[in-house]
Amino acid sequence: MTPDLEPQVEQQITAWREYVGRRDAIAGRDVDELEDHLRDQIERLEASGLAPDEAFLVAVKRMGGLDDLSREYAREHSERLWKQLVVAEPEAAPSRSGPMLLAVGFAVAAAVAIKVPALFGADFSSDGDFYARNLAVLVLPFLAAYFLVRRRSSAATVAMVAVPFAVAALALNLYPFGPDAATLVLAAIHAVVALWIVAGIAYANGDVRSSRARMDFIRFTGEWFVYFVLIALGGAVLIGLTMGVFSAIGLDAADFVNDWLLPCGIAGAVVIAGWLVEAKQSVIENIAPVLTKLFTPLFTLLLVAFFVAGLMQGALVEPVDGAPEMFGQRDLLIIFDVVLVVVLGLLLYALSARDPIAPASWFDRLQLVMVLAAILVDLLVLIAMIGRIAEYGASPNKLASLGLNLILLANLTGAAWLQLRFVMGRTTYDRLERWQTGYVPVYLAWATIVVLVFPPAFGYV
Amino acid sequence: MKIGKDLVAAAATPMVLGILAEGESYGYAILQRVSELSDGELEWSDGMLYPLLHRLERLGHVEATWSASPTGRPRKHYRLSGSGQAAFAEQRRQWSVVSTALQKVWADRDGGDRSAFALGGAPA
Repeated sequence: MTPDLEPQVEQQITAWREYVGRRDAIAGRDVDELEDHLRDQIERLEASGLAPDEAFLVAVKRMGGLDDLSREYAREHSERLWKQLVVAEPEAAPSRSGPMLLAVGFAVAAAVAIKVPALFGADFSSDGDFYARNLAVLVLPFLAAYFLVRRRSSAATVAMVAVPFAVAALALNLYPFGPDAATLVLAAIHAVVALWIVAGIAYANGDVRSSRARMDFIRFTGEWFVYFVLIALGGAVLIGLTMGVFSAIGLDAADFVNDWLLPCGIAGAVVIAGWLVEAKQSVIENIAPVLTKLFTPLFTLLLVAFFVAGLMQGALVEPVDGAPEMFGQRDLLIIFDVVLVVVLGLLLYALSARDPIAPASWFDRLQLVMVLAAILVDLLVLIAMIGRIAEYGASPNKLASLGLNLILLANLTGAAWLQLRFVMGRTTYDRLERWQTGYVPVYLAWATIVVLVFPPAFGYV
Repeated sequence: MKIGKDLVAAAATPMVLGILAEGESYGYAILQRVSELSDGELEWSDGMLYPLLHRLERLGHVEATWSASPTGRPRKHYRLSGSGQAAFAEQRRQWSVVSTALQKVWADRDGGDRSAFALGGAPA
């Protein structure tokens, strides 16, 4: 044991530790590691004749600027501070209200955009078809534009984002859809997914190849959803009170609520929620991962219970000997696609919040159980779907669910395999992360196919 | 001579992998070794080594364990994993191609054109 350093230097090291540890990107044990380094450096400098406090200063200086250091840590440990990665604004930001004004501006623009069609007679309450068709095209460009302006994106990135929006708007409005066309409903839903991912290109400032940037966007999506739901709850209270207050004085506010409050509120909330995620990032704990921890065990139970019940009930497609037909109704199949999407969401948000270096824990094992149960359920659903297609023929709806199902099955199978290897200590967490981020383009491609190819392929019915 | 920032950054990963291929080590010792190997010419700011080590750890190229330093302080030791060995071999192949190509182009220059700008005469 070498003697400790002088008390004065010890004090300086403690202060330095506290200062470094305050950086969000440099956490717990990393400070220990840096301190060990610092002490080695100080010892060596003292041995070569420097006074203790000189040695301390030189050692700290050699460590490098704390801003640079914490940026490097943030780049590597982006799960600790993923905001820094994409916002990447050092202290230069002149005012804190800048981004807020920008967000409010785009939120208002989105609200106006959603009211413009009303000038031409397409009211939100009366012409649901028009809005259902164009919701993504009317609202998401403003979220994307907010990111593009905020990141000062290059013209190439702007084009990369703008072109898909334009193509989607043209396809959704120029394709000659038949009345009540199933392909229109499918195209509108998938347009939301595809354009959301395109907005992600703006979020990542065009850095689409980076696995980390994609992970950041996945994190963003989860947080955005939480904020959006919170705003929606507040909005519901506001609507309830509006209706109540006006009915108390004998006025019916329903038209105002339906034509103004609801559409403008939804459009604005999409942008505002996007801004909140970034603005409040470091203020409160990310909530999506917390919800994930809470719901993963419950969903695992649901899936296992469903699988057991399904096996005991028997028949998958046709009722046999009076057994209830399990997947006879299309709605049920869709519900199970939704369940699988939620499972995938739970997996993604657990992934996005995890310290990639921590060894496998009970939670990772539980996740493995959940994924395996999901695969079994997926297989049941798949058998039922193929049975239905063989029995009643293919329809756009069936093929869209079948496609989604196969994509989810492939994802879950890969995830289960990697999770198993990870739990057994055979692979790194990074592989799981890259598997999921590598899958984002698959969703984009499939959604694009449903928007652009399905309608003509099925004759716009 | 000051070695350019990009070159220092590019050399960092192969350098660290190579040093760990010699055997288990820890941050401070790795930097000492870098300085030794380059006669003090390769200068990293000390802190930058750690994010790099953490990246290699996340990629599975190195494994880390905490143990005590001789003075009893906690110290994080790094060693090359199987995939790190492979990454090291791969980096080595790439760098030897670059290095050979550079050597050749300089040798041509030395042979053909004996101007003041030949190898070694480059101003700092």
